[in-house]
Amino acid sequence: MLERLGLMPPQASTFASQVDMLYAFLLMVTAFFSVLIAAFVIGFSIKYRRRSDSERTPHLHGSTALEIAWSIIPLGIAMVMFFWGASMFVTLKRPPDDAMQVNVVGKQWMWKIQHLEGRREINELHVPVGRPVKLTLTSEDVIHSFYVPAFRIKQDAVPGRYTTVWFEATKPGRYHLFCAEYCGTKHSGMIGEIVVMDPADYQAWLTAEAPAPAAAGVAAGGESLVAAGRALFEKNGCVTCHQPGSVLGPMLAGIVGTSVTLQDGSTVKVDEDYLRESILTPQAKVVKGFAPVMPTFKGQLNEEQILQLIAYIKSLGATPSASGAADVQGKTGP
Amino acid sequence: MTTTNYLNADYGIWSWLLTKDHKRIAILYLISITMMFLMGGLFALMLRLELLTPAGDLLQADTYNKFFTMHGIVMVFFFLIPSIPAVLGNFLIPMMIGARDLAFPRLNLASWYVYIAGAAFTLYAIFTGGLDTGWTFYTPYSTAVANTKVIPAALGIFITGFSSILTGLNFIVTIHRMRAPGLTWFRLPLFVWAHYATSIIFILGTPVIAITILLVAVERAFRFGIFDPALGGDPILFQHLFWFYSHPAVYIMILPSMGIVSELIACFSRKVIFGYGFIAVSSLLIAVLGFLVWGHHLFLSGQSVYASLIFSLLSFLVAIPSAVKVFNWIATLYRGSIEFAAPMIYALGFIGLFTIGGLTGLFLATLGFDVHVHDTYFVVAHFHYIMVGGAIMGYLGGIHFWWPKISGRMYPEWPARIGAVVIFIGFNMTFFPQFIAGYLGMPRRYHMYPPEFQVLNVMSTAGATVLGLGYLLPLTYLLWSLRYGAVAPANPWRATGLEWQTPSPPPTENFTTTPVVTEEAYAYSHREPEYV
Repeated sequence: MLERLGLMPPQASTFASQVDMLYAFLLMVTAFFSVLIAAFVIGFSIKYRRRSDSERTPHLHGSTALEIAWSIIPLGIAMVMFFWGASMFVTLKRPPDDAMQVNVVGKQWMWKIQHLEGRREINELHVPVGRPVKLTLTSEDVIHSFYVPAFRIKQDAVPGRYTTVWFEATKPGRYHLFCAEYCGTKHSGMIGEIVVMDPADYQAWLTAEAPAPAAAGVAAGGESLVAAGRALFEKNGCVTCHQPGSVLGPMLAGIVGTSVTLQDGSTVKVDEDYLRESILTPQAKVVKGFAPVMPTFKGQLNEEQILQLIAYIKSLGATPSASGAADVQGKTGP
Repeated sequence: MTTTNYLNADYGIWSWLLTKDHKRIAILYLISITMMFLMGGLFALMLRLELLTPAGDLLQADTYNKFFTMHGIVMVFFFLIPSIPAVLGNFLIPMMIGARDLAFPRLNLASWYVYIAGAAFTLYAIFTGGLDTGWTFYTPYSTAVANTKVIPAALGIFITGFSSILTGLNFIVTIHRMRAPGLTWFRLPLFVWAHYATSIIFILGTPVIAITILLVAVERAFRFGIFDPALGGDPILFQHLFWFYSHPAVYIMILPSMGIVSELIACFSRKVIFGYGFIAVSSLLIAVLGFLVWGHHLFLSGQSVYASLIFSLLSFLVAIPSAVKVFNWIATLYRGSIEFAAPMIYALGFIGLFTIGGLTGLFLATLGFDVHVHDTYFVVAHFHYIMVGGAIMGYLGGIHFWWPKISGRMYPEWPARIGAVVIFIGFNMTFFPQFIAGYLGMPRRYHMYPPEFQVLNVMSTAGATVLGLGYLLPLTYLLWSLRYGAVAPANPWRATGLEWQTPSPPPTENFTTTPVVTEEAYAYSHREPEYV
């Protein structure tokens, strides 16, 4: 097979086989045209090679019919390529609702990963087979790009914003993880492995006692993202203003995914980027009816902590608003 | 036998450095860009040597990063962009339209000095430690993190941009105002059309890169928040601005080369070019559409899905006028009287390499597939097929074709034919394996790589050796021909075109009497019209 011959990377996601099918189509069409063009160039070169310096050639000015034909036919073929590629891309940009959430933070020169359940890893990502996984990416410094050739996916991790990509692994094994966007000295060392496991193995791995990650400054895993986020929510005093009936800050339960009206009358969709902006630059888009009194948490929270806070705020939306509000007050909870 | 021509009309270094003759200025450019090409090639050689083994054993990581950065900057801004327009365009446009010089001779000389000033800044950056941002200067790496010579290099590119703008301006005015009597727009050689389209990009695109690169320097020096998110800037904004110029810049490199190929194919098939109007208009179409496709460099940056869809669609559209040119060249060969002189071998080689480069561009325009090969060696191979395979094949073909006119000497035919074939083969050996490496997942700009990519990298380095030797061949025998080459007649190729109706080398004023044009371009065929 092509994979054995080293002419194809391992095919380990649902997306990979689709990409390879498209690749085969592109390859066949372009190979056909390359051979056709080569055949004409070589054929004409031989057939019409100069035999005598006094040769005379016909005065062929052109042909509008031919010009139209060789514009329209390639255009038609190109449109097939466009729609095929575009529809795949749109799918790749719309993660399924039941996708498992994993946060990825790039920094020079490592990938820091945290699972929703709390398990952390560095330069390794463990995922189960047969379950869609949605990655939310950002960067602490410069632009990186999360690239898994075996999955045929790639997504830039851009500082100051969130990007997402998803995949569903199909084959257990260990696969390359590369940084594909040049990021400085050890760009080519910013590599790792994706470990695809059977679901049972994955569960066992997830709940196993995590060894302390190698990098300094990273707390040992274990605590779930939501729990870690709640702890931050309380420790940083968010809870004092963001509670039911507060006039100081909007209630956060159920807010994610809705639209809020701002002071200037415009509306904004509450998504991860808006939450991040509101934590770091609270004055930028203040919800109507509230005074711009929230202090910035820039410099006090790192990218991973912000992602934990967001996970917590999103979890509030997943529960009935009453208990969510109770959670905000920190009075109840598991 | 010696008559007065532009080469012997005046002597001494100042007669060159203060010349207003477009032909002498072209020679100044030829010497300067050849130096830059050799330097950029040396960087490439070091990169290929490092990549022979998976480990980073020849160069330090930082050195490697600097070398690919400086390879890119030198080759793109100081060789490829000025190459054909500033050397052959400068030399030939006035001669092809029957003019004595460009519209603004002093401005023309000034543009060379501007180029040299920009090169001086960039060389200063290179020789005082270099820079490691990639030729793309992506933010926030270039403004907030890199601690190398970013500002002088950025200023060098900023300054050199004005040389392009001035050259473009000069060409446009010259082509509008100084055509010989009878030389209507649709009698112009396609070389001139191609340069007209290129000049439009020079004038409209270059200011954008100049501003962008200046903003990089400003953010770096004064910490103004423009691109760095830590300062409230937007790093993706930089990519939009950068590619708004740098994508059309690819057409700056390839359009003039296409213009040369049209000249060569017609001359060495001894046939009127097929579909003249379509080739001419396709150049303009490429120049215009080329401005609307920059977003395909941002498919994975987090750019909106809708924007990506539009940019993908437009990228497919820009492929059509390029394909039309290829088909017309092939149709020109049909029933021709084809002679395989060295320039023709370059032209046919161009068709081969440009076809592969263009068709692999379709892979990259296809969104679903681009996700996989974006920022891999697939992209590296693709753009080298266009920018090196395409642009340099055309450039060398043109240098050979007009060498008799420029130097007054014939180049030696057989070494030249061998050189063209060696370059074609060496090029494919170097870059074809990189398509496979890219599809297998090897990211670009990697100092070290997993061992499974080694075979392809060794093949590529072996090919680069052949390619390097291939490039040294013309350099050697062209220099040799200056002294020992046969004396060139006015029109060694029996070519049409006004530049061949004046002695080789031409007198300073190009034409002793203003030529009058009475027929179409490429009147190689016999007169009774025939139709397909």
